[in-house]
Amino acid sequence: MRRIAAAVCLGIVVAFLVAAALLLHPFGHPPSQMDDYMIENSQNETGTNNVVAAVLFDYRGFDTLGEATVLFTAVTGVVMLFRVVKKKEEEHK
Amino acid sequence: MSKIVRTVSNQLILLVLIFGLYIIMHGHVTPGGGFQGGAIVASGTALIIVAFGSYEVQKRLKERHLSILESGGALIFIGLAFAGMATVFFYNFLVGSPVFGHIPPFGPNPGDIWTGGVVPLMNIAVGLKVLAGLSAIVLVMALASSGEEMEE
Repeated sequence: MRRIAAAVCLGIVVAFLVAAALLLHPFGHPPSQMDDYMIENSQNETGTNNVVAAVLFDYRGFDTLGEATVLFTAVTGVVMLFRVVKKKEEEHK
Repeated sequence: MSKIVRTVSNQLILLVLIFGLYIIMHGHVTPGGGFQGGAIVASGTALIIVAFGSYEVQKRLKERHLSILESGGALIFIGLAFAGMATVFFYNFLVGSPVFGHIPPFGPNPGDIWTGGVVPLMNIAVGLKVLAGLSAIVLVMALASSGEEMEE
């Protein structure tokens, strides 16, 4: 019974993967006009030669703020974790 | 580590730091940026810790100072984002101004460092944040694994 359920689940996943592969846009034809807009206007609007940097810090700056927050949380967590260990060692002495 | 490793990494750390700072400063002209350059500088910190041991490094490089640097980078980043608030959040208000205000010609061009508006400043802020944060992670984990007392 479990084998049948597993086979059905696998079939569904494979069907979705094949459907997604068939529905991909052809290479070089992006689905929206946003890509062409950024490539053509990033040098005029942001004065940045590197379009990736223009997207990262200007057009999608809020996303980068989230990334920086993720890094800040990770650093805070690591430092907090190792500090707690130190404090407990001192208490046991 | 041995004397050979210490000597070689002593010479190599300068090149690593210069390359990382170059990647941060030229983030708006060439591939790279704050995140990548900060990671390169933090790998230089890891190199020094491997060569000299965390106890020697901890005398010069305090985790407290790195935390201050990281928070300062984050504050500069959010402050630049709020400075464009007159138009919209994260507005690039420095394009056309005397500070990083040149506008490059359309299409391929040799590249000009004095372009980009707030993008290079944000690259520097994120670079400070990433190099301090990753260096703090490496330093704290090295100190904890070597069993040294951490200096608060």
